[in-house]
Amino acid sequence: MKYEAFLIKYGEIGLKGKNRYIFEDALIRQIRFALKGAGEFAVTKEQGRIYVDALSDYDYDEVVSALQRVFGIVGICPVIHCDDYSWDNLCRVVGDYIDEAYEDKHFTFKVEARRADKSYPKVSMEINADMGEYLLNRFPELSVDVHKPDVLLNIELRAKGHIYSKTIPGPGGMPVGTNGKAMLLLSGGIDSPVAGYMIAKRGVVIEATYFHAPPYTSERAKQKVVDLAKIVARYAGPIKLNIINFTDIQLAIYDKCPHEELTIIMRRYMMKIAERIALESKALGLITGESIGQVASQTMQSLAATNAVCTLPVYRPVIGFDKNDIIEISEKIGAFETSIQPFEDCCTIFVAKHPVTKPNIKAIERSERNLSEIIDGMIDEAVNTREVIICEP
Amino acid sequence: MEAYLDNAATTRVYDDVCRVMMEAMGQNYGNPSSLHMKGVEAENYIRDAKRIFAKILKVNEKEIYFTSGGTESNNTALIGAAMANRRRGKHIITTSIEHASVYNPLIYLESQGFEVTYLPVDHFGVVDLEALKGALREDTILVSVMCVNNEIGTIEPLDQIGKIVKDYNSDILFHVDAIQGFGKMYIYPARLKADMLSISGHKLHGPKGVGVLYIKDKVKVHPLILGGGQQKDMRSGTENVPGIAGIARAAADVYENFDEKIKRLYGVRRDFIAKMKTIEGVYINGYEDVTDMGFSKGCAPHVVSASFERIRAEVLLHALEEKGVYVSSGSACSSNHPAISGTLKAIGVGKKYLDATIRFSFCLETTEAETDYCIQCLKELVPVLRRYTRG
Repeated sequence: MKYEAFLIKYGEIGLKGKNRYIFEDALIRQIRFALKGAGEFAVTKEQGRIYVDALSDYDYDEVVSALQRVFGIVGICPVIHCDDYSWDNLCRVVGDYIDEAYEDKHFTFKVEARRADKSYPKVSMEINADMGEYLLNRFPELSVDVHKPDVLLNIELRAKGHIYSKTIPGPGGMPVGTNGKAMLLLSGGIDSPVAGYMIAKRGVVIEATYFHAPPYTSERAKQKVVDLAKIVARYAGPIKLNIINFTDIQLAIYDKCPHEELTIIMRRYMMKIAERIALESKALGLITGESIGQVASQTMQSLAATNAVCTLPVYRPVIGFDKNDIIEISEKIGAFETSIQPFEDCCTIFVAKHPVTKPNIKAIERSERNLSEIIDGMIDEAVNTREVIICEP
Repeated sequence: MEAYLDNAATTRVYDDVCRVMMEAMGQNYGNPSSLHMKGVEAENYIRDAKRIFAKILKVNEKEIYFTSGGTESNNTALIGAAMANRRRGKHIITTSIEHASVYNPLIYLESQGFEVTYLPVDHFGVVDLEALKGALREDTILVSVMCVNNEIGTIEPLDQIGKIVKDYNSDILFHVDAIQGFGKMYIYPARLKADMLSISGHKLHGPKGVGVLYIKDKVKVHPLILGGGQQKDMRSGTENVPGIAGIARAAADVYENFDEKIKRLYGVRRDFIAKMKTIEGVYINGYEDVTDMGFSKGCAPHVVSASFERIRAEVLLHALEEKGVYVSSGSACSSNHPAISGTLKAIGVGKKYLDATIRFSFCLETTEAETDYCIQCLKELVPVLRRYTRG
C-alpha cells in the first residue's frame, strides 16, 4: 500500500492563541527542511492541520523517521487518497485499506467521517453508519465500539477523500525557530549534545562553540565534535559551529595560575568567549551539559564560579540528571556511539591531580589577575581567528 | 616539508603496483574460475603472483595461498592448524609481544580448550630460548613467533627457535608472523624450519586487503572461510585478483637491488638514532647499533622506538603532525589478558614512558633529508611540550 500523504498532528502549539500562525509556519519550515532530499513534497496548512503530500516517489521509512525528528509534531498519520469518492468506490477503497493495513482483523473500530464537501449525498452520520455496516459485512471478524475503539477510522471528504487510521508518535516539543537562539558549549562528550537537543526541543535555534587545543587535542577530536553537531542538527536544523583555538589561553593559564584551579579558570574563559560569540550572534542564552556533582568542575561551588562570568542566562537542561538518564537520551538521539569515541578534549588534557572542588570566587579572581595584562588580547585573538563550520545533517 | 615516518602502519602503494591493479580491474577483470579466456587472463595474475612469492621465499608455488591480509593469514594459520591437529595435543606456545592478530586468535583458542604458553622476552624484546625449551611439552602442537616486532623492530632468532622446536619434536608446527619482517630481510621458511608464514600486502607498498599465507606441503590446516572451494579449498571466495597482482608486483619491486636498499636504510636508521640521542631525555627502545639484516642480535632497518621523558606521546604525535611529520604512538595495543602486556611493558619500559613512546618507521625510500627534518622538528617541539605536562 502506498500512502500518498501524511497528516501532521501537533499538540502544544495548538494552544498558542493568536501566535498560532507563527508556530505553524515554523513547523512547516522545519518539516520542509527535514524532508529535503527524501523526495518532493507539498507541505500545506489547511483548516488547522498540516498536510504533507507526496509529489514524487519516496521511501516510507525514511520519511517517517525524518518527520519523527521534527519538534512540534505529536503524531504522524499516514493518509491514503481517494479521488473518486462516489459511495461505491469510497467503500471499495476504504475496505481495501483496512484489508491491507491490518493483517489481523480481530479489533474494534469506529468510523469518523467529516465532509467539507457539503454537496455529498450522505451526511457525516450516515457515512459513519453505512461505512461501518459495509466493513462489518466485508470483514466479519471486525466489531464496532463507538466509545473505545481499537482503530479510529477517519474519512474526510474534501477535494479528495482522505482516509487514515494510524498515528505514529512524533517527538513533541516546539518547532525550532519559535523561541530565539542559544549558544551551546559543545564538547566531545555525552552531555552537551543531549543538552543541545533538549533546548532545541523547546523551539530554540542552536549555535555551538567548541574549544580546540592543538596539538593537545587531535584533528579527530574536532571531527568528532563536527559529527556530534551534525547529529544534533538532524533535530535542531543547521548548526553554526564556532571552533575556537584555545591552546594559547590554556598554556597561559597553565603558566600563570595555580594548577589545581586550571579547570575552573579554563571554564570561566570558555564561558566568557562563548558569551561573546553568543552576543555577536544575537543569542539569548548559553547552554551547557553540566550536571551537579558529576565532576570537580560541576560541584555547586564550581558552577557558581563559572556562572559568575556570564550575564546571559545559562541553560543547563541536564542539571538534575544522572549519567544514566543522560546516556539514555544520547542513545535515543543517536549520539552515544559518537560521543564515546576515545579522543581527548581540552577539559581532560591539563587536569590537575587534585583540582579544587569548592573554589572560592575571590581566590579564583585573584589568580586570574596574573593574566590581566595578556588575556584580553588573547581572547580577542581567539574569537577573531575562530573557524566557522555550518553543520547540516 | 612532509615526512611520512609511519611505514610500519602502512606504506604508499608503488605507482607500477597501481598500474598493474588498474589493468587487472579495468581490462583483465574475469573471474579466475571462469573457463573462458577472460578467466584464464585473470588466473594468469594469480599464477605469476605465486611464482614471484615462491621465488622470494624459496618455496614451492603450490604452498602459496592468498588471503584478505595479514590478520586473516595469522587467523588461518593459528586457528586452522590448531583445529586440524587438536587430536595430537592442545598446547600452543607463543611470545608475550605478538601482534593482536596473533594473540586474539590464541585467546579464542584458549576459550576452546587449548592451553597457551606466553614466553617472556629480554630487554631488547628477544624471546627467551631457555624458556622455550622449558615450555615444549609432549602435547605441544604449535609454536608461533613473530619475525620482526612491530613496536620496536627487534628480529627474533627464528632460525634457533625453529631448530629447538623441531629437534624436540618435528611434528610440532612452527608459524612465523612475518608481516613486519617480509620486505626488510631475506626470509626462507625452509631454513627457519617454519611450516607457516604470514605476509601482508600494505606493509610493502602493495594494496590493503590482501595477504599471503605460506603453508608447507602436507601440513594440515583447516580452512576458516568455506565456500566455492577456490585455492584448493583452503581459502574459498573469488580471488582478489587486483590485490594479488598488486601484492606480487610490490614484493618483486621491493626485493630488487635488495641488499643495497637495506644497507642504506640501516645507515639512515643509525644516523637518525645518533641524532635523536642528542636530544635530552630521549631513550631508544630495542637495539640501536645494527648494521645488517640477520636473525641473531638483529633489528629491522625500518623501526625506531623512542621514549620522550615527560611528554605524552599523543601530544607529540599531533605536534609533529602539524609540521607534516607523521608517526605512531608507541604502544597502541592493550589487553586485559594477564599474560599479554604489550611489547613495551614486556621489555621492561618504565611505567612513565609507556605513554611517552613514539614509533618512527621508514620505508626503503625514506631519505636522510626526511629524518633530519623530523629531528629538527623534535628539537623544536620537545622543550616546548615539556613545559606543559599533566598534573
